[in-house]
Amino acid sequence: MKVKADSVKVKAINTLFMLSLVLLLSSCGKVSDDSALTKGIIYCSEGSPSTFNPQLATSFITIDATSKQLYNRLMDFDPTNFDKIPALARSWHMTKNGKLITFYLRKDVPFHQTDYFTPSRNMNADDVIFSFNRIIDESNPFYQSVAGRFPFFQSIKFSELVQDIEKIDEYTIRFRLAYPQSSFLTNLAAPFGVILSKEYADTLLAQGRDLTELDSKPIGTGPFKYREYRSGSLIRYVKHENYWRFDVQIEQLLFNISPGNTSRLTKLLTHECDVIAHPIAMQEIASRKDLALEEVTSFNVAFLAFNTQVPPFDNPLVRKAVAHAIDKKAIISAVYYDQAEVADSLLPKASWAYSKSSKTIEHSLEKARLLLADAGLADGFTLDIWAGPIQRAYNPNALKMAKLIKADLASIGIEVNIITFEWATFLKKLAKGEHQSVLIGWSADHPDPDNFFSPPLSCASLATGTNRAMWCNEEFDQLLKQSLATNDTTIRKNLYKQAQHILDKEIPLLPIAYAKRAQAKVAEIEGDILTPFGGISFENVNKKALQ
Amino acid sequence: MLNFTLRRLNLLFFTLLMLSIVSFSLSYFFPGNVLVNLSGEVNADQQRTEQLVVLYNMDKSIFHQYTAYIGQIFSGNFGLSMSSQMPISYELKTFLPATIELCLSALFIALFFGVPLGFIAAIFHNKPLDKIILTFAMVGYSIPVFWFALILILVFSITLSWFPSSGQLNLLFEIEQVTGFKFIDILLSDSQYQAQALKDAFMHIVLPAIAVATAPMTIFIRLARTSMLDVLESNYIKAAKAKGLSQAHIIYHHGIRNSLVGIVRLIGLHFANLVTVAMIAEVIFNWQGAGSWLIESIFARDYTAIQGGLIALATFTFFINILADFLYAALNPLERHKQHGA
Repeated sequence: MKVKADSVKVKAINTLFMLSLVLLLSSCGKVSDDSALTKGIIYCSEGSPSTFNPQLATSFITIDATSKQLYNRLMDFDPTNFDKIPALARSWHMTKNGKLITFYLRKDVPFHQTDYFTPSRNMNADDVIFSFNRIIDESNPFYQSVAGRFPFFQSIKFSELVQDIEKIDEYTIRFRLAYPQSSFLTNLAAPFGVILSKEYADTLLAQGRDLTELDSKPIGTGPFKYREYRSGSLIRYVKHENYWRFDVQIEQLLFNISPGNTSRLTKLLTHECDVIAHPIAMQEIASRKDLALEEVTSFNVAFLAFNTQVPPFDNPLVRKAVAHAIDKKAIISAVYYDQAEVADSLLPKASWAYSKSSKTIEHSLEKARLLLADAGLADGFTLDIWAGPIQRAYNPNALKMAKLIKADLASIGIEVNIITFEWATFLKKLAKGEHQSVLIGWSADHPDPDNFFSPPLSCASLATGTNRAMWCNEEFDQLLKQSLATNDTTIRKNLYKQAQHILDKEIPLLPIAYAKRAQAKVAEIEGDILTPFGGISFENVNKKALQ
Repeated sequence: MLNFTLRRLNLLFFTLLMLSIVSFSLSYFFPGNVLVNLSGEVNADQQRTEQLVVLYNMDKSIFHQYTAYIGQIFSGNFGLSMSSQMPISYELKTFLPATIELCLSALFIALFFGVPLGFIAAIFHNKPLDKIILTFAMVGYSIPVFWFALILILVFSITLSWFPSSGQLNLLFEIEQVTGFKFIDILLSDSQYQAQALKDAFMHIVLPAIAVATAPMTIFIRLARTSMLDVLESNYIKAAKAKGLSQAHIIYHHGIRNSLVGIVRLIGLHFANLVTVAMIAEVIFNWQGAGSWLIESIFARDYTAIQGGLIALATFTFFINILADFLYAALNPLERHKQHGA
């Protein structure tokens, strides 16, 4: 009896051992035949989105995750010349006075069908009107469900600008503006101007469901549709079978949320991620055959903003002194590893309104010391510089940058305290203006030059809390308004030149660098993911089968 | 056996009692409002706060508060996580199975390799093979897990690309979460890629399980070695030798069986150590388990999650301990008649 029991046990153990051995051996070497794996793409992103509707956010993490994946806009930007090209609108027409804009919509655009909503019709004028009405109509239940927080649209004063949106017929709508604004079309083409489904909103209302589901369980017209979201861990999108533009090549799009730089790099090296956001160790990536690096000059700028409402930076002389003392070239090589250019203006060089004449503030400790003496601060003083804790598109490492600036300023007798908070707290405190100066930046949402001046420096933005310099200048604001009121590019360019001149004189903020945005991917991924504006897009992307 | 069972259950009861008192008192020791620390409801309005006061007997004595707390725990209400505002019980249900899966795999590896190696060392006592195994055990015991885990990733994921470096399963496999145990969920799912997913999940668990298993394995090597040496010294082995049985027969039929009894008893003790190591490994391997969840909670000062995690992990460790004791008692009749529980 005993002997038999033993032999059974031995057999069982042997089988188990063999089994694990076979599994182990069979798994050596790269996986190549899994069709589930070749039809999907894993994108390792740097953070969790705050919502699934870009109308409600300005954070690039959210825009990357939602705007071009789930939705479409009336117009898109041409990736080469940044012109507006048709998307959901076949064409559009603006009257001479710039106050009436008519959009002619496509008729063949279906919405996502998911387990929480089944559309009965294609997109039409009602959907477009609903998508913008929820932003301007305070009595709309979907305005109230988010407490009217549409940060981008608030910053461009959308609800003051748009008087009403009229339905001409099933597929034609007309915006009536209170005054002409040259950046209006560009603003609509920005990643925030997405088209939602009115039928879905009505269903939510009729069934008495939670109205915030419109933004948390998204329905759009984009190339992918929402399947699953696990906070802090993953987003799962699947192919939209009836996408109006073309047949999407990949079946699944996964966002693997991995906040650590090194963990993203590791996952790329092991091919656990197909694409990673904000890579580090670019030389290493570029040197490997199985990986590829994609780079675009993106429309962004990193700057040091001075809080112009509190001492010592209420004095322009002090601002200028600090500007002279900072060595931007050293920052470019130490912080950006030369993946950036020295910035001498808020406007990036690629913008049509950029003009060469803007005076550069040269690096000169002599001048800095003289200016400080003029301001009566020759004995030096103590100063707080705030630096964000996380990597941004425009600034890979704000803390390191702050340390370099600290060393620069020490040589003109200014002692610097570097201050940082967790990111959400950081933004909250900044909006309240508790800082003396802050290292931050701006990534453009669209190519119109106004986007570089109005959101970070206008008086209106002081109220919405995006004006980091706490600076409001009537003359500057007037120039921006005049420029928006005309469609003549030469006049606009001239006006922006004057605005730039005021900035050079006043220095509410010191532009430091234009960063390039890079994305690393495994070599099997084909197609462009990065776009100069509005984050990333996976609609053109395909994964070659491994040979 | 009944007596033994009662003694063990008694011990279980009192340990859990102490644990719950500690956990309850933490609400008072942590900074902030006691009621918020207990319930985790950071944004409760006036009305909800009044409900919570009644629920947790906050208007009565400490003893009543404690009983109310215990009542809530037994009805499965651990409060809400302060950072995510999801019920702690839900988060535990999501994350704990992954930890159990990892710990059991690691325990399996540690026993499967550790015990035979220990036996071999004992059989070749004081010979070179014994020395080699002992050296290996010493080195393995001294290596910190966070370093070893990184080396494993560097060698086996990055350089050789044999195994993935993070997670439990390639995310492209869409497996619905039912039990939280990845292997069981895959078997339950009707995915057409079931076999591939199973293989993929296996590939994912290899490195973390090895990292977690190494330290306990070296302990098992030494335990098995000592235990086998003791047995080989004993009189009944000498008698068997005198009877003329072959060395192989003696070891297989008398040595292994008798020394295993001693090892089983210590598995429970070392399991607590294994769970601690697993928590660190979870963070490094991005394993979505209770360990990394708990460490994140500590960063976020999520007191309700810390309390809930403490109770859940301690209970789990304790149950394994009791289980090992029962196994030991079943294997070793002498133990059942001891007077005092240990």
